[in-house]
Amino acid sequence: MSLQIPCPHCGSRPIEEFAYGEIPSVPDSITGDDARDLDHAFMHTNPEGPVAERWFHVNGCRRWLTLTRDTRTDQVNQVVEVDRVIAYPEDTLR
Amino acid sequence: MNELVERRVHLEWRDPKSSYDVVIVGGGGHGLATAYYLATRHGITNVGVFERGYIGSGNSGRNTTVIRANYGIPEAVRFYQRSVDLYRTLEAETERELMHRQKGLLWLAHSETGIRAERARATVNTAFGAHTEYVEPFQIAKICPQLDLDGGGVWPVLGGTYHPAAATARHDRVVWAYAEGAMRRGVDVHQRIAVTGLVRDGERVVGIETATGRVAAGLVLAAVGGHATTLATMAGVRLPIRTHPLQAFVTGHYQLQFEPMVSSGDLLFYISQTARGEMLLGAEIDRQPSYSYRSGHEFLSSCAFRAITLLPFLRDLKVLRQWTGICDMSPDYSPILGETGVPGFCVTTGWGTWGFKAIPAGGEQMAQLIATGETPELIRPFALDRFARDRTMADRGSAGTH
Repeated sequence: MSLQIPCPHCGSRPIEEFAYGEIPSVPDSITGDDARDLDHAFMHTNPEGPVAERWFHVNGCRRWLTLTRDTRTDQVNQVVEVDRVIAYPEDTLR
Repeated sequence: MNELVERRVHLEWRDPKSSYDVVIVGGGGHGLATAYYLATRHGITNVGVFERGYIGSGNSGRNTTVIRANYGIPEAVRFYQRSVDLYRTLEAETERELMHRQKGLLWLAHSETGIRAERARATVNTAFGAHTEYVEPFQIAKICPQLDLDGGGVWPVLGGTYHPAAATARHDRVVWAYAEGAMRRGVDVHQRIAVTGLVRDGERVVGIETATGRVAAGLVLAAVGGHATTLATMAGVRLPIRTHPLQAFVTGHYQLQFEPMVSSGDLLFYISQTARGEMLLGAEIDRQPSYSYRSGHEFLSSCAFRAITLLPFLRDLKVLRQWTGICDMSPDYSPILGETGVPGFCVTTGWGTWGFKAIPAGGEQMAQLIATGETPELIRPFALDRFARDRTMADRGSAGTH
């Protein structure tokens, strides 16, 4: 069975219905505008363990949700919040 | 495997020394090849390779063993062609049977855009030393008679490129050939010793922490697969890397010979036949970053569906097994190797879905960098600082599949 994401609107749905969205974070240790811009544009924290991230329910309620997932096991721990409706963001139209 | 293991009994597995000139973290193809070329080309043998599992247990043992150089940008074509050349002579050099076999690779186009991309690929490849020619459907039918050129009526084959130098080799034998070659010249390879931290002296990296104690190092090379950002974070280095799972599967035995490797950029899958006659299929990475080695049915069904569209005979074969590796994906689909800005700490990472073919050239060039302290011309475009210099190496020919 596919990995499931517990969507608050649609119930537990397979992960293929969702589009992934990273929450970018630049560490405080990086200072200077250029260095922070570079980090924001390219670098990833890529943590091994629980990480907060966003998923857009493309084939469902078309809402963004924020949840925490353990990247070692793919276990979704909790849906933290549900955001506003965003209709058809460009990167999900493919 | 038995005959290989028995022959290896004479190898000397020592305990870690307290200090090495070069410590390589990760006993996969890239780490061991670097150790091998340090020993053979530069006479540097005070080298310790640390592997937390057994050597070749990561992505070196999970890939689909494609060796090719038909990439999309000049820098990449030159680099991978070097690797293709080194692979060709590797059996003679290491005196080991690596089951290296030249097969040729067909890259199919199903649209006008695809044809333009393949024509561009053929031009760039041939101009920079990797022979690739544009082929019409009637030529494709001769190279691979099993293909349905109508693509099930949905994905017609309109053209493609043929890269005759593409080859495969047995991946664990490549890993062991490099390990043996390095060990017989005095390199220490340590299995089942996990590196838990890096020792810093101010900015500089001066050693590693392991479960069995601290080991000092003149230089630490991070050659790990999947966990590169974790190790780099210990050195205070930020990498543009995300770890994505990549799945593959093999079917049962197919009686007829299936000579070339076949790849489709539009359908995002590729296929080849193993020495045992199994059909080996791979496709694109999973979209979410993950360190889990979980294989899924969604991948299996979608990849099989796309493959059957072009190769109807696959319908009659059963799936034998499916597995997953975790890949260090860079944003421009090119590797990241060389110095990091932190003294004493180098990386060879960003090998994403294209690491196996690059093992000889990656190892050779990293060894040269470590031995001379200067970045060789061939890998200078792939340095980590390219992102700060706004010189990313976006490579369409890399495709993120194999």
